[in-house]
Amino acid sequence: MELSQAYTSLLSDMGHTIPLILIVLTGLVIVLLDAFKPRHVSIPYLTALVLAVALGLEIQTIGSQGGTAYYELIRVGGMAAYVNAVILTSGLLSVILMKPYLERIDHNIGEAYALLLFSITGMMVLGSANSLVTIFVGLETMSICLYIMTALIRSHKGAIESALKYFLLGAFSTGFFLYGIALLYGATGTMMLPEMRGAVAVSDSDTMFWAGLALLLVGFMFKVGAAPFHMWTPDVYQGAATPITGFMSTASKTAAFASLILVLYYAVPAETWNGVIAILALITMIVGNVIAISQTNLKRMLAYSSIAHAGYVLVGLSAGTGAGYSGALYYMLVYTFMNIGAFGVIAFMEFDGKEGSEQRLDSLAGIGYKKPVLSVCMIFFMFSLAGFPPFGGFFGKIAVFAPAIDAGFIWLAIVGVLTSAVSAYYYLRVLVVFFMKQPDGVYDFDASPVPFSATAVIVLCAGVILVLGVAPSIMEVTMSFFSSSITTTAAVLP
Amino acid sequence: MFEDYIPFFIQLAIASGLSLTLLKGGELLGPSRPNRIKIMPYESGMDPVGSARQRYSIKFYLVAMIFIVFDVEIVFLYPWAISFQDFLAAGVGLEVLGIVIVFIVILAIGLIYDIKKGGLEFD
Repeated sequence: MELSQAYTSLLSDMGHTIPLILIVLTGLVIVLLDAFKPRHVSIPYLTALVLAVALGLEIQTIGSQGGTAYYELIRVGGMAAYVNAVILTSGLLSVILMKPYLERIDHNIGEAYALLLFSITGMMVLGSANSLVTIFVGLETMSICLYIMTALIRSHKGAIESALKYFLLGAFSTGFFLYGIALLYGATGTMMLPEMRGAVAVSDSDTMFWAGLALLLVGFMFKVGAAPFHMWTPDVYQGAATPITGFMSTASKTAAFASLILVLYYAVPAETWNGVIAILALITMIVGNVIAISQTNLKRMLAYSSIAHAGYVLVGLSAGTGAGYSGALYYMLVYTFMNIGAFGVIAFMEFDGKEGSEQRLDSLAGIGYKKPVLSVCMIFFMFSLAGFPPFGGFFGKIAVFAPAIDAGFIWLAIVGVLTSAVSAYYYLRVLVVFFMKQPDGVYDFDASPVPFSATAVIVLCAGVILVLGVAPSIMEVTMSFFSSSITTTAAVLP
Repeated sequence: MFEDYIPFFIQLAIASGLSLTLLKGGELLGPSRPNRIKIMPYESGMDPVGSARQRYSIKFYLVAMIFIVFDVEIVFLYPWAISFQDFLAAGVGLEVLGIVIVFIVILAIGLIYDIKKGGLEFD
């Protein structure tokens, strides 16, 4: 590296990461604003505005050829822009849902928005990393912010408990992850993902490399909540504030899956590991869907459902082809709208005073006639999560199952479809309770009207799911990220 | 190699042996006749009022935040300071200084936040 060139190349690369810089700066501004004027009214609006601007900038660059910036540490354009756009969408929708929710429980503190922005920063770095160090920095920035956001409602014991569990297990999995990085570096002599591919031959029985890759996979599987590393998911999702749960379950998973795709696509040859991913996908789909049946709490049920969906995405990854990866990316987009919407609906239906963490599904009986708009949207989300056409979830499942069949994992696709049929039971039970059951007691029902902004976001999510189901042409966009050969994508942008 | 340290170990043995002997000797040989005045925390001072074991919040997370701010600053500034001569020689000293100032400003925002939230107010 020529030292005299370092500064100019740094400045020119900043132009490619404007959304990232914008979000970091806004996070810092909000920290200062909150220090001098606690709970200032402008904080949520500022957050939403900046997220919208960053989202617009990222969407504009999706079509461009992917490249790298900052000495090939981070990827920009193309797939990175798509992943960042999904993350920013999740963040923007979550902020709009968070504001009325946090105001209702009197926790509308500025730190919540600053942490949201900082965690989005981490996710964007994680989802567009081109080096193992970048992955680690992004992962930790994201995780630390999420630990704190889980414990946002300090007075609630359940939130503290879930945050502590999340923190301890997360720190443990970070240890695995870091050890994996160390071994991979020791085996290949490089931190850069594309360079790693050439460093190890497929037939090579280099124990250090495979041990490193296994440990790295453990770290990733923890972050995406795949079985058998899923134990934290139900407790954490149940204890956190509901819109934050929606944000965690979508944006952090999108970032972790994108990062995993980058590792698998660039760093390791597909035919060597896709059996492992297939087995993990099998376990994850079965565990998530079967345990979700017996849940009585809606948030906990959706947590197990999110484990199951991680399994579906892993089916796409196990194919080891560009079609599989693009299917997984498409699935994450659909999943983001489905889950933000579903968590948004239950955020404005809960009335147990404990952020819905101890509310039984039965207590929501007949709510479909008291909150009709949200409940009708819930029909969209539940059918889409179960994978019924004409909703986005159906095409998402096609996009991940079809490449797996092409790659020879027919048994995996069969299990996937069977477990989807199982999932229809617990998704549709929600609708049965909402519309066809009478409450078996008198509940302290929260009759206050749902704020317009939240209703608008939930209706928007339902509409987007329908659009994605009717016109799934965005799959062509995700497909294009993997069409060009690997060697050309590492070029530095002009 | 090891022989060089033998005087050190002798010194260590004498020092610890002497202090242990004196402590134990004082306990064994000295007369022990405690009374209320003698066992008070300040023998010639004021009479103690209440319990010495009061609970008060040390605001651990705010103190930890101050620690992190300065800790991170030191960790990154040392390698930067050492390689600064190379950047000066390459003619980009001022620009690299600017980058570090950006870094310190970011950390300072954390410090300002911490102080405004009462990180240095002990009550």
